[in-house]
Amino acid sequence: MKEVLKDLDKAFENRIRLGIMSALVVNDYIDYTSLKELLDVTDGNLASHLKSLEKCGYVSYEKAFVDRKPNTNYSATEKGKEAFIKHIKAIEQLLQ
Amino acid sequence: MKEKYLEDIKEIKEIMNRSTRFISLSGLSGVSTGLIALVGVAAAYLMVFQEQNWLIEQAVSIDATNLFYLLLIAVVTLGLSIGSAIFFTTQKAIRQSQKVWDQQSKRLLVNLSIPLVTGGLLCLLLLYKGFVGFLPALTLVFYGLALINASKYTWPELRNLGLFEIVLGLLAIQFIAYSLLMWALGFGVIQVIYGLIVQKKYK
Repeated sequence: MKEVLKDLDKAFENRIRLGIMSALVVNDYIDYTSLKELLDVTDGNLASHLKSLEKCGYVSYEKAFVDRKPNTNYSATEKGKEAFIKHIKAIEQLLQ
Repeated sequence: MKEKYLEDIKEIKEIMNRSTRFISLSGLSGVSTGLIALVGVAAAYLMVFQEQNWLIEQAVSIDATNLFYLLLIAVVTLGLSIGSAIFFTTQKAIRQSQKVWDQQSKRLLVNLSIPLVTGGLLCLLLLYKGFVGFLPALTLVFYGLALINASKYTWPELRNLGLFEIVLGLLAIQFIAYSLLMWALGFGVIQVIYGLIVQKKYK
């Protein structure tokens, strides 16, 4: 039990951060607005959770311009994907 | 504790689905395109194929009138099908308060179009060279491949529909004299049935 709990990632304890990662691991990238609509969260909320995932090195972003409007594309890093899979596996084991 | 994780897993699955699949594609668009296709095949039979012995493996020489009819039927059928699919899908998207033109629908369209446009151009070239007998088979095969390619980005049921289309396409080559029948089955009957299944399942 202790072993499994160690694999649970603190970064994914929050629902919104978990949601962000779920969406990013199955997509090459998602832009900020789509992510906001997908998760149905406020700007401030999404931005702060993205920031903390960036700090862990789980999420990277690229600024782009669409029709001269700034748009940021977010994607999951290799490290982020690995951490997410590890987290899911730990949950699965806990549920068994 | 356990409930929280069960809830987490449910949420993860839901977000993964919602962020990759275009869920507003309406089953009714399958039904409507199927019915339009049946009329199209009937028109092609009555206006062109009934009088000719063109369902063969060899090239035939197509006169300008029949070529015009064939292209006209193709354009009208295609136009009406696309139009009705867009109509029903837009209706459904509005009902679900989802956007019609988003990352998911764009991805669906691109992946559907690649095999479809390839097949369409190939068929036009073959028609130009007179190999009209191969058209039912090839349109079915390429449509099937397009559906399988697109199924990752919308209802997974499209994959099985695509497999059916490919099988019918191959049968249409083997039994080329009956290829119009395969055309009607593939684009018409099966499509209507699948449309009804999807419609019922994802209302």
